[in-house]
Amino acid sequence: MRIDCSVAIDAPREAVWDYVTNPACVLEFMEGLTRWEVASPHDRGLGARYRVLIRVGSADVGGLVEVVEWSPGRGDMAWSSVTGVDQRGRWRVREINPERTRLHFRFAYGVAGGGISGMIAERVAAVPLRRRFRASLRNAKNALEARVQSAA
Amino acid sequence: MEESAAGTAARPRQEEHSRNGGDPARPSVPGTSLLKRLAKPVVDEVRGRLTADLDDRDPDYIRENLPTAWLLSTLWFRGEVRGLERIPEDRPVLLVGNHSGGNLTPDTIVFTLAFYTYFGVERRFHQLAHNLVLSSPVGPLLRNYGTVAASHENARRALDAGAAVLVYPGGDWEVHRPSWHRHEVNFAGRKGFIKLALDAEVPIVPIVSVGGQETALFLSHGRRLSKLLGLDRLFRLKVLPVSLALPWGINVGDFLGHLPLPAKITVQVMEPIELRETYGRKPDVDRIYDDITEQMQSQLDALASERRLPVIG
Repeated sequence: MRIDCSVAIDAPREAVWDYVTNPACVLEFMEGLTRWEVASPHDRGLGARYRVLIRVGSADVGGLVEVVEWSPGRGDMAWSSVTGVDQRGRWRVREINPERTRLHFRFAYGVAGGGISGMIAERVAAVPLRRRFRASLRNAKNALEARVQSAA
Repeated sequence: MEESAAGTAARPRQEEHSRNGGDPARPSVPGTSLLKRLAKPVVDEVRGRLTADLDDRDPDYIRENLPTAWLLSTLWFRGEVRGLERIPEDRPVLLVGNHSGGNLTPDTIVFTLAFYTYFGVERRFHQLAHNLVLSSPVGPLLRNYGTVAASHENARRALDAGAAVLVYPGGDWEVHRPSWHRHEVNFAGRKGFIKLALDAEVPIVPIVSVGGQETALFLSHGRRLSKLLGLDRLFRLKVLPVSLALPWGINVGDFLGHLPLPAKITVQVMEPIELRETYGRKPDVDRIYDDITEQMQSQLDALASERRLPVIG
């Protein structure tokens, strides 16, 4: 199952990149996230690991994830699960103009074992997840635009 | 899933043996000898299935079946587990819960799912269950989840292996209590879990749940009926519960389970209790028992006060 969402933010690309890739900020804007803990010697960059949990239905679901793609110049960060639920997430940060940026979030996940219950669980979980990710992007937009305004 | 042997783990070994299937040296209760003869093949089968192997726990199986448990917990029981972060992550721990919901034990389903998704299937986690549950057709399935027959020895072995162990001291007595006692913690005076935690030097983490006793209308423990039929001596069954449950209507024994009503299940994990730090080097077991059950009752009262209507929550 794959969830895509994006938002345009009135903030420079570098500011958006710094914000969404900073593990200290993730819990501020990601709705439903109950844990995003650094689990490696370095807190950002290729190979950085995080212990991640997000509330989905009656359980906190997640596991250990590792950053597998880190490209600040292009604005791409992707992570993949090491343990727990199979997942792959990606931030794409693209400049619209020097004062405006488009932030994309992609999240793909699958439940182990497959079968009918796995297929149903994936689809049922997609409903709250999609809602939360959209709310998270709105939170990031509001926080970043507030920062830009206060700086101005 | 139920516990009873760990709840009585402080008893002498001889009595433990008798509780695990009946001591032939004991005088028989009049009227039960024929039943005992008739039940012997079943008793032998039960005993044969009770060997505990911690290695039966299968993390890959658990992982593959979490979606089913998640669907059940989320859509049917609207499960909510709070405070999992209070469970120590890097050491063995004894999780002590109140128990509700008859033989289907929805509180265990909701909590086990939450535990495994929070800590990962890699963390060793064992649950103690009544002999009859493990010897039933669902026994092999439960063993994959880490369930072992309730006994002091099995629990100790699991704790020594570094596992988190879930025990329900109230066991078969508490899980079949009448629905109008649903907001009562009742361990029936079983204190073996305290001796277990002291022996293994592990903290106790109380787990309090509400809602399970609303999945059917539980009417009676059926204690006298169980005694009359000798089920206590044959199968360690102190109860032969009577309830009103789907799809049977009047449900005696709950041996075939029932279709649970979709009651909202809420589980609260409480703060860990380090027994020797809290109660001294030579702690009074009775005092610990009273303290823990009182704390759990207060927590259960708080959870109950959040509920507006039975089943709906």
